[in-house]
Amino acid sequence: MFRRERSIPLRGSAAALCNNLSVLQLPGRNLTHFGVVHGPSAQLLSAAPEGVPLAQRQLQAKEGAGVSPPLITQVHWCVLPFRVLLVLTSHRGIQMYESDGSVMVYWHALDAGDASLVQAVFARGIASSGHFICVGMWSGRVLVFDIPAKGPNIVLSEELAGHQTPVTDIATEPAQGQDCVADMVTADDSGLLCVWQSGPEFKLLTRIPGFGVPCPSVQLWQGTIAAGYGNGQVRLYEASTGTLHVQIDAHARAICALDLAPELLSAAEDTFVHIWKLSRSPEGGYIEVEHCHGECVPDTQVCGARFCDPAGSSFAVTGYDLAEILRFSSM
Amino acid sequence: MSVRTLPLLFLNLGGEMLYILDQRLRAQNIPGDKARKVLNDIISTMFNRKFMEELFKPQELYSKKALRTVYDRLAHASIMRLNQASMDKLYDLMTMAFKYQVLLCPRPKDVLLVTFNHLDAIKGFIRDSPTILHQVDETFQQLTEIYGGLSAGEFQLIRQTLLIFFQDLHIRVSIFLKDKVQNSNGRFVLPVSGPLPWGTKVPGLIRTFNNKGEEVRKVEFKHGGSYVAAPKEGSFELYGDRVLKLGTNMYSVNRPVETHMSGASENLAAQTQESIAPNPLAKEELNLLARLIGGMEIKKPSGPEPGFRLNLFTTDEEEEQAALTRPEELFYEVINIQATQDQQTNEELARIMGEFEILDQPRRSASKGDDLLAMMDEL
Repeated sequence: MFRRERSIPLRGSAAALCNNLSVLQLPGRNLTHFGVVHGPSAQLLSAAPEGVPLAQRQLQAKEGAGVSPPLITQVHWCVLPFRVLLVLTSHRGIQMYESDGSVMVYWHALDAGDASLVQAVFARGIASSGHFICVGMWSGRVLVFDIPAKGPNIVLSEELAGHQTPVTDIATEPAQGQDCVADMVTADDSGLLCVWQSGPEFKLLTRIPGFGVPCPSVQLWQGTIAAGYGNGQVRLYEASTGTLHVQIDAHARAICALDLAPELLSAAEDTFVHIWKLSRSPEGGYIEVEHCHGECVPDTQVCGARFCDPAGSSFAVTGYDLAEILRFSSM
Repeated sequence: MSVRTLPLLFLNLGGEMLYILDQRLRAQNIPGDKARKVLNDIISTMFNRKFMEELFKPQELYSKKALRTVYDRLAHASIMRLNQASMDKLYDLMTMAFKYQVLLCPRPKDVLLVTFNHLDAIKGFIRDSPTILHQVDETFQQLTEIYGGLSAGEFQLIRQTLLIFFQDLHIRVSIFLKDKVQNSNGRFVLPVSGPLPWGTKVPGLIRTFNNKGEEVRKVEFKHGGSYVAAPKEGSFELYGDRVLKLGTNMYSVNRPVETHMSGASENLAAQTQESIAPNPLAKEELNLLARLIGGMEIKKPSGPEPGFRLNLFTTDEEEEQAALTRPEELFYEVINIQATQDQQTNEELARIMGEFEILDQPRRSASKGDDLLAMMDEL
């Protein structure tokens, strides 16, 4: 069972995007950082364990040509071996900051070159893999940036081709060992999932086809891919083979966010947030899912949801038009 | 965001505007032929080919200010006149209605069905005018050509673009409050029951498969809502059962259109972001606006036809009161073309818009009934 905790107020309401909440847990400092996209700006704030807001900062999308101010598509903290960077993607490019958002260390402008007039140009989907940061693009390409241990000398090292439609989300996990080499999964608007092995050169291992709906959110944990789809379904796949193991008719509207570790959190536009327990069956070794908890956030089109601690005993939720971060913790 | 959003935004807001004007024309007992002429003039201006051409070009959404200017022009494309307060209220109602429809669309693609609902109703208003009917049908064709083949992902982007446009608008609308579709804090009710989007299964089932793809386990869980599968998919043809009710006319003579002017001010900081920009209307946007309005070809009212003033409120006094008490954060600043520096664009826009000035009618001391009698005397 979960109970509602004190909300954290936001300066600006959350935009109707998917994966619109990033959480950086800093247990050593008894702090949690939250990042939410409002529109042309994103808000970062840090809070103490009880949800007391301590500091906040707003970041703007870097300007460029155009009729209206550029919109941010996602904000996400990337935890790398020696540093943490905050990445912001927009309709103009990719901005990378020191983790508190104080200094921009890198700017990559989008090249709209190949885009036809009718295509929207943007970056979306952010994840770190080892000392790389991967960012998805409207074209389906995934840019791989090589990040040094410190300083601004960030280099675009590779451009991955695997998707034909705009990338929606990227998930990574540290490589599990000799057998399990899949450590990154990318998703797109057509519902296609690409499974990769990171390295000096990333390798495409397998593809999991879509079925006519977007896959706005994807997670990877212990060799299991959790994917949320536009028709409200959550599917779990074996990352190394792409085999479908579980299909959950989880929500009544499009899923907008997932989090995984060790439980699975799913949030959708139907106002519901669900928590699922994952386990490996003793006989077949395949994945089993059990529904643990469902929370209705009344009259709120949820747009972001994350666990706030490694044990998954608390989570936070953002909603379209809502100027606060809702918090829940288990009793 | 999506560069395919403006036609949907414009047509749906336009449709809502016509529903409201139609209701007020009947409530104010404007003679049938005059009322029909008003609607015909506005509809034929809306669906003018040159205007539609500009509208359908892939482009980013205009700012709220710029879009409001387009509707100001449109509302005055006939012998009807609106005071500032009535125009403000009209725009409030239009935007809140379409925001509601977008938010409640089961699937992102259903916004196209909402648009078709508006077009179907518009065709009802101009039943006796084959030329304008043809214009509307042509627009239907264009919508089908452009949107018929878009993927679910592209519609999701369009939906997100529209919701960003409507972000932070919480004006309370009486008809929504009465129908319990909007809460007293201005937020819309999102029901957790009813028909599901086409293509979504009823939540509540967990299916497990083995390595061979065979289902090995099926478990149910309690999902908290009370949903039923959609009976059928709405029709995207020129004629057909849209199934969805969103976008159909919710007003009638007995359901007056009122708004409460409070409820938007939670995030003043966020809302004023648009107005603190150094140049309220970028030069590029002015260019686009000039081209769009240039395509409107608004006919100057000529001949002995007298104009008349439509009131969105029940009395003149209410209208004046509304103008005085409108909260500052809800001021719509209609483009002041003198404020821009660009002389050439300024001149071009001035030329296009110059013939029509929205004059504030001098407030008459006589009652609304007398105005109407005076008008009828002139016929």
